[in-house]
Amino acid sequence: MSGRIVAVVPAFNEERSIGAVIREIRAFDPAMVVVVVDDHSSDGTAEAAEAEGAVVIRLPYNLGIGGAVQTGFKYAVREGFDTAVRLDGDGQHVAAELRRLLEPIARGEADIVTGSRFVGPAGSYRPPLARRLGIHWFANLVSVLTWRRVTDTTSGFQALNRRAIALFAVDYPTDYPEVEGTLLVLRSGLRLREVQVEMREREHGVSSITLVRSVYYVLKVTLALVVASLRSYKADREAVEAAGA
Amino acid sequence: MTSLRVSIAATVASVLLVLVVIELIRKRRLKEQYALLWLGTGIVLIALSAWRDGLNTIARWLGIGYPPAILFAAATLFVIVVLLHYSTVLSRLSDRNTELAQHVALLEAQVRALRDASHENAP
Repeated sequence: MSGRIVAVVPAFNEERSIGAVIREIRAFDPAMVVVVVDDHSSDGTAEAAEAEGAVVIRLPYNLGIGGAVQTGFKYAVREGFDTAVRLDGDGQHVAAELRRLLEPIARGEADIVTGSRFVGPAGSYRPPLARRLGIHWFANLVSVLTWRRVTDTTSGFQALNRRAIALFAVDYPTDYPEVEGTLLVLRSGLRLREVQVEMREREHGVSSITLVRSVYYVLKVTLALVVASLRSYKADREAVEAAGA
Repeated sequence: MTSLRVSIAATVASVLLVLVVIELIRKRRLKEQYALLWLGTGIVLIALSAWRDGLNTIARWLGIGYPPAILFAAATLFVIVVLLHYSTVLSRLSDRNTELAQHVALLEAQVRALRDASHENAP
């Protein structure tokens, strides 16, 4: 395994936090290639990221979080990276925690590692009750659909090896990709590991999931999960196998 | 029994549909696959409307008391098939649209990187 790691950072109107996110990643590992996927922001996100020396990929129109993240993984495949990490552009993911995500990948024990807020003893992250209920609902639903224990399917803080990058480059859910992505990973035969991480409260902006929309969100993602569990994952498993060990 | 007026009105409407489809094909505003679908729909509807004995016979087979209801049923069935087909077309188009946008963005980033590199190497 080579030492080259790419950090994929999807960003939509994050000009105030993106610079700090990039600096934090560099502070953790100066050799990491930071790729910011600008999902057609209307503010200066792309310029702010470029000023910090990140590779900036500008989408010609807004694709939503799933399309933006996938662009980063396609970049990773094109440029031949063996390892990728994914962090949000709003600064809620702590770059220093990447160490815990990357360890199982480096040891070859997992194909994809997700930073979970709930896997171990309760940390400092205590989301509001409604949010917590939603997170547990999805975790239980995915656990039932895949017969695998997962604790947090809504976290976008991940590390991936070659096989997982290859999978996400060819198939990645669109609207609320983390939840469906967990199902995709497990059904495609990848080894998923969850590790306990700390997360920050958002520094700027509001979460894409506001309280008003949360009921609609839960219903929509639940339906999407049921539909996704009916899908065939043959092509996905083949893509994973084609990526090698 | 199907009344003569129902048959005439239904036949006129289906013939009009076929004429509109033919006109759209002539002007190349309809792709072949859709043209065939709509021509088929129109021809079946013409046949059911004009061939009155046939409509009555089918109604008797199916136990339908009011034969013109078969026209509605046939038309509705076609509409459902066409809509389902459109959903698949829309899904495919939207997937390709995403892929195209990502591809363009990746190429643009690559062009920028190459340009920056060539500027650095320029004397």
